[in-house]
Amino acid sequence: MKTRYDLIIIGAGPAGMAAAVEAGKSGLSVIVLGDQWSPGGQVYRAIERAHPERLKTLGPDYRNGQYLATQFRKTDVEYLSGATVWQVEPDGIVNFMLEDKARQIKGKQIFIATGARERPVPIPGWTLPGVMAATAADVLLKSHGIVPSGSTVLAGSGPLLFLTAARLIDYGVAVDAVLDTTPLSNYVSALPALPKALLAYEYLLKGLGMKRQIRQNGTPIYRNVKDLEAQGSTAVETVRFSSNGKHRVLKADTLLLHNGVVPDTQISQLLECKHVWYDTQRYWQPIVDNWGNSSKDGIRVIGDAAGISGAKAAEASGHLAALDAACGLNVISRKERDLRAAPFAKTRSREKSIRPFLDRLFRPAPDLLVPKNDKTIVCRCEEVTVGQIREALELGALGPNQLKTQTRCGMGMCQARMCGLTVSEIIADYRKEDISSIGYLRIRPPIKPITVEQLSELELVD
Amino acid sequence: MFKRLNDVDEPTVTVTIEERPLSVPASDTVAAAMLAAGLTTTRTTPISEAHRGPYCMIGACFECLVEIDGMANQQACQTLVRDGMNVKVQKGLRDIES
Repeated sequence: MKTRYDLIIIGAGPAGMAAAVEAGKSGLSVIVLGDQWSPGGQVYRAIERAHPERLKTLGPDYRNGQYLATQFRKTDVEYLSGATVWQVEPDGIVNFMLEDKARQIKGKQIFIATGARERPVPIPGWTLPGVMAATAADVLLKSHGIVPSGSTVLAGSGPLLFLTAARLIDYGVAVDAVLDTTPLSNYVSALPALPKALLAYEYLLKGLGMKRQIRQNGTPIYRNVKDLEAQGSTAVETVRFSSNGKHRVLKADTLLLHNGVVPDTQISQLLECKHVWYDTQRYWQPIVDNWGNSSKDGIRVIGDAAGISGAKAAEASGHLAALDAACGLNVISRKERDLRAAPFAKTRSREKSIRPFLDRLFRPAPDLLVPKNDKTIVCRCEEVTVGQIREALELGALGPNQLKTQTRCGMGMCQARMCGLTVSEIIADYRKEDISSIGYLRIRPPIKPITVEQLSELELVD
Repeated sequence: MFKRLNDVDEPTVTVTIEERPLSVPASDTVAAAMLAAGLTTTRTTPISEAHRGPYCMIGACFECLVEIDGMANQQACQTLVRDGMNVKVQKGLRDIES
């Protein structure tokens, strides 16, 4: 490891790997920091050591990652696995943890390729052991060959909910039910976006195929689900809900929740890049141009971290950003950049054509954004409930940061990753104001825990 | 409750989780090993001592904090198992010594 690079890429998923491959072709000095033990990101997790049998069952969407990972390994760039970034500075300094040691490097440009994370699903009882994000089941399957046994229920909305259910069924898991919280009105509001979505029709076919597979397995899909609640004492035991107004209770040893994914903006927020509220999918995204440039010089955001568009669009955005960086560093001409960029721009635009439809269809249900039940925990770390947040608002808290000092909401170890969006939603709802004027909790370093001893041993690059 | 598919042969290591010696695949994270062994609780909270277990498995939620070889506040989902590792459920507020 050197101390200075042309590019520092944070994240080794499709966007990060593609950017590294493209930058490597142009001869830039590149380092990639990944927090997993191998490249792939969440979508291609553990792709390098996937058993042929598992590759077959997980299908072509997962297998696609093999080619990219192979290209990435062949490229002359440095890759550090198990590297956890805890601070990024606007002048290109990146601080991270590797093998329990704090380290610092500097890049002419920083590529934030940290991908997506699950939107919080704050329902009563979501803190009980056995209640997990649907992605967690995906990680357990891909990385560890572990699947739920006993009664398994999936609840929420979004393509990944049905994909997870279908995959678990492929592996013989007795999925007892899928509880679909998608509001029925979404089917109407999504319709005008359908013609454009037909440009990427294979995704629509895939979605229909997954639902058919779930039904053929005999797994009931409950629609128009509301009043979702997990119950149990030291672990989840039952899940309660209403479907089309009828109340039901199901036994559950594992309840997998999913309500779409949102960009992981922890680093772009930390750097105070300009963000914009994307109302259809209710999340903040950094403002970037076609080459991934954020509002801060030398800071680019690529892939899902800049707005959810999926793995193939992320890969294309990595190529585009790297080409522009090479041009900016005078390694390739503007003409060469544009020539090489054309196919990637085309791919990205095609991949994005399905998004308006999906984003409207799977717009999160309002009562999962602003929980009605006052006892629902919002901040899992500090155990702050909706009721406590509303109380603080009645006492005059104006925004997320004041609310944080009043209630400790967002102050725990997860650094608001699990509550930040919900907090802004509750405030906007209470004050009847536009959420973009409410804003988000201020993100401060360190964004991952570091001990004082580790910090004191940090060697500075300048 | 979780089970292993056991569809891939892998080298194993021996770890001790809650005083129980377990032989687990070397590619396991501590969280994966605990879930496969039927341990869904990884910690109890400092405030209400409520039971918590892994939620996200990708290092974001910090619910799977455990004590590893005497060191508290370790993310079980971000830590690979090592031969001879000693893992304990983290109970309540972490001890200042650990």
